[in-house]
Amino acid sequence: MNVKAFLLALFLPCTAMAQGFAGLGTDADGFTVPEPNPQFDFPADHGAHPDYRIEWWYLTANLTAEDGTPYGLQWTLFRSALAPEAGDGWTAPQLWMGHAAVTTPDNHYVTERLARGGIGQAGVTADPFEAWIDDWVLQGDWDTLRMTASAPDFAYDMALTAQGPLIFHGDAGYSVKSAAGQASYYYSQPFFAIEGTLQLPEGDIAVTGNAWLDREWSSQPLADNQTGWDWFSLSFDDGHKMMGFRLQQTDGNNFTSATWISPDGDTTPYTDGALVATPLAMSDDDVPVRWRVELPAQGVDVTVAAINENAWMTTSVPYWEGPVTVTGSHAGIGYLEMTGYE
Amino acid sequence: MTWATLQALLSHWWRNPLQLFTLLAGLALATALWSGVQAVNAEARASYDAAAATLGEGQYDRLVRRDGQPMAQAIYVDLRRAGWLVSPIVQGRLDGVRIIGVDPLTAPSGIGPVAPAEGTDIAAFLTGDGQFFGTAETAAALPDLNVIITPETAPNTALTDIGVAQRVFAKSGQIDSLIVLPGQPKGRADLATLAPDLILQPAQGGSDIGRLTDSFHLNLTAFGLLSFAVGIFIVNGAIGLAFEQRRPVVRTLRALGLPLRQLVILMGAELMLFALIAGLIGVALGYVIAAVLLPDVAATLRGLYGADVSGTLQLRPVWWLSGLAIALGGTAIAAGGALYQMAKMPLLAAAQPRALAMAAGRRARVQGIAAAVLLGLSAIMMVTANGLIGGFTLLASLLIGAALALPLILDRILAGSSKAAKSVTAQWFWADTRQQLPGLSLALMALLLAMSANVGVSTMVSSFRLTFTDFLDQRLASELYIRTENEAQSAALIAFAKDRTDIVLPIQNVDTQVAGQPTEVFGARDHATYRDNWVFLEQSVDPWDTTFGGETVLINEQLSRRAGLNVGDEVTLQGTPFAIAGVYGDYGNPIGQAVIGEGVFATLYPDITPRNFGLRMDPASVPDFVADLEAATGIPATQSVNQASIKAISLGIFERTFTVTTALNVLTLAVAGFAILMSLLTLATMRVPQLAPAWAMGMTRAQIGRLELLRAVMLALLTAVVALPLGLALAWALLAVVNVAAFGWELPMYFFPMDYARLGLFALLAAALAALWPARRLARTPPADLLKVFSNER
Amino acid sequence: MLLDVQNIHKTYQTADGPFEVLRGIDLTLDAGETLALTGESGSGKSTLLHLIGGLDTPNTGRIMVDDHDIAALDDAGRAALRRGTLGVVFQQFNLIPSLKVADNIAFQARLAGQHDPAWDATLADRMGLTEQLNKYPEQLSGGQQQRVAIARTLAPKPRVVLADEPTGNLDEGTAAAVMDLMLELVAETGAGLLLVTHSDSLAGRMSRRLHLRAGQIA
Repeated sequence: MNVKAFLLALFLPCTAMAQGFAGLGTDADGFTVPEPNPQFDFPADHGAHPDYRIEWWYLTANLTAEDGTPYGLQWTLFRSALAPEAGDGWTAPQLWMGHAAVTTPDNHYVTERLARGGIGQAGVTADPFEAWIDDWVLQGDWDTLRMTASAPDFAYDMALTAQGPLIFHGDAGYSVKSAAGQASYYYSQPFFAIEGTLQLPEGDIAVTGNAWLDREWSSQPLADNQTGWDWFSLSFDDGHKMMGFRLQQTDGNNFTSATWISPDGDTTPYTDGALVATPLAMSDDDVPVRWRVELPAQGVDVTVAAINENAWMTTSVPYWEGPVTVTGSHAGIGYLEMTGYE
Repeated sequence: MTWATLQALLSHWWRNPLQLFTLLAGLALATALWSGVQAVNAEARASYDAAAATLGEGQYDRLVRRDGQPMAQAIYVDLRRAGWLVSPIVQGRLDGVRIIGVDPLTAPSGIGPVAPAEGTDIAAFLTGDGQFFGTAETAAALPDLNVIITPETAPNTALTDIGVAQRVFAKSGQIDSLIVLPGQPKGRADLATLAPDLILQPAQGGSDIGRLTDSFHLNLTAFGLLSFAVGIFIVNGAIGLAFEQRRPVVRTLRALGLPLRQLVILMGAELMLFALIAGLIGVALGYVIAAVLLPDVAATLRGLYGADVSGTLQLRPVWWLSGLAIALGGTAIAAGGALYQMAKMPLLAAAQPRALAMAAGRRARVQGIAAAVLLGLSAIMMVTANGLIGGFTLLASLLIGAALALPLILDRILAGSSKAAKSVTAQWFWADTRQQLPGLSLALMALLLAMSANVGVSTMVSSFRLTFTDFLDQRLASELYIRTENEAQSAALIAFAKDRTDIVLPIQNVDTQVAGQPTEVFGARDHATYRDNWVFLEQSVDPWDTTFGGETVLINEQLSRRAGLNVGDEVTLQGTPFAIAGVYGDYGNPIGQAVIGEGVFATLYPDITPRNFGLRMDPASVPDFVADLEAATGIPATQSVNQASIKAISLGIFERTFTVTTALNVLTLAVAGFAILMSLLTLATMRVPQLAPAWAMGMTRAQIGRLELLRAVMLALLTAVVALPLGLALAWALLAVVNVAAFGWELPMYFFPMDYARLGLFALLAAALAALWPARRLARTPPADLLKVFSNER
Repeated sequence: MLLDVQNIHKTYQTADGPFEVLRGIDLTLDAGETLALTGESGSGKSTLLHLIGGLDTPNTGRIMVDDHDIAALDDAGRAALRRGTLGVVFQQFNLIPSLKVADNIAFQARLAGQHDPAWDATLADRMGLTEQLNKYPEQLSGGQQQRVAIARTLAPKPRVVLADEPTGNLDEGTAAAVMDLMLELVAETGAGLLLVTHSDSLAGRMSRRLHLRAGQIA
């Protein structure tokens, strides 16, 4: 069974998924769509929202070994719904996909898991919070979390401790994705301190660092003229953080959005046009691995460069995701995700 | 120069179309026989490669429950959550079609050869009412299901989502087996602590089905080799004669100044061109043969092993390339020898048949030594050979040695007859036959091989049939077999049958492993049905007493041979040791089998309740019983099978099993007959000068023609006499060496004189038919042509 | 000197031991010259002709044909000599049965790359074969077949014509006619002719004559 064909359709919310609005709050297939002025309810909203088409728990971390070597780490659980209901057993219309990766300056280890919802193999419960697929888990109370993943060639076991509040993107967590009004619910915990052990073919490596956990769900996140995105999560040495994304459009224009985060968690959202991201250099396989990122409103003009240019996620749906260094007006580290280049 | 030479060479065929036809037809038939067998082989193999791929059998390790029962779905989730990358399978049969339920999200890629086209509604596959993927034939067999036609699916197999399969087979929350994916993650937990009920079945080089059907292919391969040998003889004969016929022309060409080198190159090229043409014709013919045979092959494999083979044929590059290779390679080998001879022969050497005979005489010594060595080797192998390679070495050395010895044997017989002959005509007949022998020996060798193959294979088949029939009587002793749907039905049946039958014998078994071999363990009820009918190959004093007493186990020959177990050895079932009290013949069964007493079976496998029952009763009362049973208990007649119909089905399957072999037999014989025809036709022109003196001295042409016919039949008869013992030796090798190596059991050998007589008759008929036309041609040779012999022509 | 044969010895292995067929033969032949080689059966005259024709090789001695030492040539060289310089007429014609008369006549010339259709036509005309050109050899009488063989030999205009009992298979009248034609045409081409025969009258028509007895020139 060739799952790739339909995974493309399910997990890359591009043109095929962009359904028109059928009525207030729902789309043509009955999925709930995000509305402005969200009222989040925690811990319930840390859990799954099966009535929305797509959702993810997306953690990236910049790590450093004792010898100073930088590492990148990713743990992601995607949920994709075939129908807006939870269901039980094999017929439950919820599909789950896990991605885990470790990036070293020289290597990029990737693995993927797929699972059906409804049989217990994968899922997310809110209270107590646990997100899992197979033996991979992300569990805890959001002040502290434990996170594991395994693959034939690597594994990790990490402990996370929150050192700041949740922050909400866009308009209090309502993140607009296109001029036409497509949007998602989007909040993050960018203040995790993380430590643990990476098991790599090179050996076990103790690491510490910062992790950034994104939560996002929607039913129609992209407009039908949008083909991919470039997403930046940057942590500057002065304690400020910045999230920014650029959605590529078929007309050659981009839709950008950014959130400026102060060291104590105050946020300033920026709408389309405030952020400018310009590719500076392409890798051998034609993906921009050096960027100039500007947010003039905060005096940001930095160069973002991949630590390992070959951080392709060779999963069912290929994309690029890896740790970066930041230089220029602000120095720091971060993560870069790019889709639509394969 | 090249063009003039080519024109001269090719014009020969234009002027002698019959010779061209025999050459091309000989090559084409040899190729056809070979490629036909290969096509059948390749097709069948490809078919169950697809079947194996659908199941993932053979490719992947699997986890199954130790007792062979389905496992709880929770075990699957537990394993996944413990880091085991396993994928669940639920399977069953629906209207004879194998339904395989998979989880496409966790199944290894390539487990199902189904690649839904872009835009396939995967949501419908995963969550809808159920989608099935199968071939058009499968779709036709499942009219009520939504079968999406996918030609690359294995035959008679439908692939569906595991959830659908669970629903269809009422196995909600149950999983039959787990495929263990290659590349397991680091640090997963130990299986024994996670799921102690599960055992790992290691991936096999070939699946069970693959290993078994391979044995049938072995038979076909043996036939392929045989047909190859026959084909090479024919090709060799055709090429040799083509050279012989043109020797005077070759001499003239060289005398006129054509360099030898160029001549050799041009003749080689010419022959390769012919080989290519004939090879293509042969492959096409082989395709036809295969297409005709394939439905039977498919039926055979399905019947014997339950392996599904598509009844359709695809042109596969493998076998048509191999067919062309045989045509070109066979021609190259034969032409190489002939060209070498031509190059070595002095330019002025004459091309008289007598010279040919003398040359053959010089070769006879070498041939005799080779034959003696090969036959000696096969004599040694008969005692020592075991395993497939040994078996085939034995077959090959036996066949080739006998073929090489044939002309020498015939020569001796003819020489003896010549001496014993009283009349002048008889003396001339024997002497003339002897002179003809070298020219005919290749054709006769082909006939020998074809006939001995015929004798050998029919002996094997008929022996198999006799044994199998006895075996059916033994194993299907009950007059009626009933399958129940549930325990309530079982109870109702037993209550109802109590007074109306001699005994109700529950048939209960479990699939497990014994001594590392996949084995079905049966629990048998103490009854004369077993005690009276079962035949042991080896046994202790009272095997049934101790077995029904729960102390011992009986195993089949397959398990005995594969695990090296014999009477007195011990095997362990569910941790309990049992001594082996007997080994019984279990023909046609692919896997191991073990029988223990009913009581101890219930103790060891408490989860198994019998759903099949054998009922002993007066055969005449079976129909009434079935009708009354339905009326009284609601168990429908469709759930019962009476012994006669089981036997009929089993024998029917078996009858079809070797139709292929029979068809190939006939073909081989036909090709050998053609070889005789060809040899006689090509010899005919040389015959005129040899026959002219006999004519001049007062024999009529009709007389000469009759003698020609008689000669062919007589030579065929002598060949048949040699073929019979050779065929029996072949049969013995197939039964006692090859069969044991391939199937795991030895078949007793029986003799079938009437079959042999009929085969001999066919062979004589083939020879007579082959000789008829050349004899008629000779009988009608115009006197003027005969006179020419005495004029300046020679 | 077109042909210069010196001290030829040839021995065959037979069942009764070695048999020396030729014991030191010398002969020469010039362009336009005709030489008869006579002798009884077994005297070695055919063997000598085969040696000169490069169809066989002597044990010792030297054969120079048109200044080529036959012994020094390989098979290809001898073949080239046979098709270009020499022409052999056999007693048994040795026509190619599957080729038509016209193709048989042209055959050797085509092998030699010296095909001249006009000359072929002249030969056919002179040999009286014009009507027979589209027939196959087997449809011709013996005399006609031998005329085809002679025409074939002369078609490439060989410098030396070797003839081995060319009329041996023909009746007397036919033989004389065929012989006349051959001598005429050989004279016209200016070739040297070496004729093996046991006919005294035929030998008498040659410009010179050698008699072989027991492998030696008598």
